[in-house]
Amino acid sequence: MIRLSVLQKVLWGAVVLAAAGSVFIYQRQPVQQIETVEAFRPEFALADADGQIRQSAEFRGRHSLVFFGFTNCPDVCPTTLSEVAQVMDELGPDAAKVQPVFISVDPERDRQMGLNEFTTAFHPSILGLAGDAASTRAAADSFKIFFEREDDTAAPDGYSMSHSPALYLIGPEGDWLRQYTYGTPASEILADLKSRL
Amino acid sequence: MRNILLGGLAMVLFAGAAQACETVTLGDLSVDHAWSRATIGESRPAVFYVAITNAGTQDDALTGISTPAAAMPMLHETVVADGVASMPHAMSVPVPAGQTTELAPGGYHGMLMQLTSALKEGDSFPVTLIFEKAGEVTVNVEVLSLRAEGPTCDDAS
Repeated sequence: MIRLSVLQKVLWGAVVLAAAGSVFIYQRQPVQQIETVEAFRPEFALADADGQIRQSAEFRGRHSLVFFGFTNCPDVCPTTLSEVAQVMDELGPDAAKVQPVFISVDPERDRQMGLNEFTTAFHPSILGLAGDAASTRAAADSFKIFFEREDDTAAPDGYSMSHSPALYLIGPEGDWLRQYTYGTPASEILADLKSRL
Repeated sequence: MRNILLGGLAMVLFAGAAQACETVTLGDLSVDHAWSRATIGESRPAVFYVAITNAGTQDDALTGISTPAAAMPMLHETVVADGVASMPHAMSVPVPAGQTTELAPGGYHGMLMQLTSALKEGDSFPVTLIFEKAGEVTVNVEVLSLRAEGPTCDDAS
């Protein structure tokens, strides 16, 4: 019994070391190489426009194109949404294998202003999600992305949101596959997606 | 890539500028490619993009914009640093001598807040550009689709 618990301690020690080691390795790897180091599976549970909680698990079996933003954003977000819309149009019959997901980093205001109205204006396939503050933060942390409210008297309602503008590709198993940095042309995203479907 | 594309398309433009892509001049400055995107309702801000060419020898700067389309038009800049996009207010946009300065997606842009009414595709509205030295000039802005990524005159091929 005592020997076993010593063994357990040793094993747990090994686990801690391995975890610390993988964190160390993860931090030292350029972003593009994460997929070769370890699979990571971002999770979220966020309300859609109808108030239904949508969880990352329900999107298994398809690829997801996930991006964060806010509907009051006149420059960056329309650019990303337009690119996603173009990709979805050009995927043709393969479009059913890809679910684009827009996660609001300004959920309260976006919900008031109309989430569906915004996403469907770009493409009907885009699912808009706007959780509460805690679930939004949890989703962003899970994707390892940054967002922050910035007070700005030169913005509507006196604030704006800074956020990571990239698109994230999640595989059918829920694994984070890669990101497309902001400004990646729709044609490149399309070509990469098609090679995976 | 985008620059090459713009360069090539600019040549097409010079060959036969469409009416929708009018150029207005103010001294050494010429202003063209003014466009905006349709808005969803009037409560979300609209955007304003334009190209300003300074053919002179003196640097200038765009210090403000005004328009009857919005009560609170301002200049902003999208900055992507360390993987995070933010949108600080730009006090002025440099318009250096001998160069073309673009307000374009992902960079400087006019943010039109408190819209008078929703912008619809196919509409146009005037925007007055206020320069530090050259003074003011008004340009007609074309409202393109919500999904537009550049001025239509660039797609003239």
